Amino acid sequence: MDWKLDDGRPIWPQLSQQLARRIIAGVYPPGSRLPSVRELAAEAGVNPNTMQRALAQLEQEGLARADRTAGRLVTQDAAILEGARLREARAVVQDYFEAMSALGYSRERAVELLKEEIP
Amino acid sequence: MSDFLIECRGLYKSYGLRPALSGVDLEVGPGRIVGLLGPNGSGKTTLIKLLCGLLQPTTGWLAIDGEAVGPYTKSVVSYLPDRMYFADWMKALDLFDLFRDFYADFDYQKALAMCRSLGVEPKDRLKSMSKGTKEKVQLVLVMARAAKLYLLDEPIAGVDPAARDFILRTILTNYNPEGTVLLSTHLISDIEKVLDEAIFLKEGKIMLHATVDDIREKEGKSVDALFREIFKAEPMWEGGEDRAV
Repeated sequence: MDWKLDDGRPIWPQLSQQLARRIIAGVYPPGSRLPSVRELAAEAGVNPNTMQRALAQLEQEGLARADRTAGRLVTQDAAILEGARLREARAVVQDYFEAMSALGYSRERAVELLKEEIP
Repeated sequence: MSDFLIECRGLYKSYGLRPALSGVDLEVGPGRIVGLLGPNGSGKTTLIKLLCGLLQPTTGWLAIDGEAVGPYTKSVVSYLPDRMYFADWMKALDLFDLFRDFYADFDYQKALAMCRSLGVEPKDRLKSMSKGTKEKVQLVLVMARAAKLYLLDEPIAGVDPAARDFILRTILTNYNPEGTVLLSTHLISDIEKVLDEAIFLKEGKIMLHATVDDIREKEGKSVDALFREIFKAEPMWEGGEDRAV
């Protein structure tokens, strides 16, 4: 999985969202240790302070927690993981509606088109 | 004692009658990566040279780690100049010996390790190296010190985009985490992601000093896009010649 950063939006929320998606996708499995701030920062080619802020956001959301012996662990709480999955799914749906609206489709029409995809 | 690593007040520097910096007030804290951005001739190199003591301000004062520029500040500042200043018969290893003698915080083993990861052969003479390889050697010399302030003047200008990424990663992974990196460049899109803060210099004055995420949040565009907008607004005078630094 590559890190993708758009222009025009602050960097840390984008990092935090991509970390969340990695956790949901099981790239970082429940209960596993996340790579360190510096490792993640080097991998994404971003400033460590920015990555730190993104990880703090994950802790805020309950997706990760600081471990006593340094580092961060991915949560094992199924409800939190499911909540995050649903939130990301809703974001994908909103993106779909936005793209369809740019093509001139109403929400209703967009939903109909979506249904046609299901045999 | 101030909390700032760099503090400048009313800094003014002129070369003859022409001002290069006119009234710079600046505060930068420890542990930051800061981009010094501006078009050619905006005063970037002048500011860096004042910070490392190669130039004296015409008026105003500056302090590094709470001290006026002098032997102490030079011992905690690691400076990458905008041009090579070593004799070309020297090998990278000779330079490492030199730096080990000059700077107590120079880590010889780290320099060798960085050479390996950058693909530089330390036994080669500088004159046999390409421009990009020489830049890498200079970067190794500068980053192998455990300094409080790294002043990098155009560290990525002369290398290809792949080497550029590599150098940025070297800066990210090798700098002393309590230290601050101040780097000047006009290749903003390449370095934007690694910066905490951006400083825009225009005609010797600071016109903007903010964090990258604040700029993106407030302006709804990247620092690179904002830079292009600001410096496009006033076209160069006739002939379009940049002023030399």
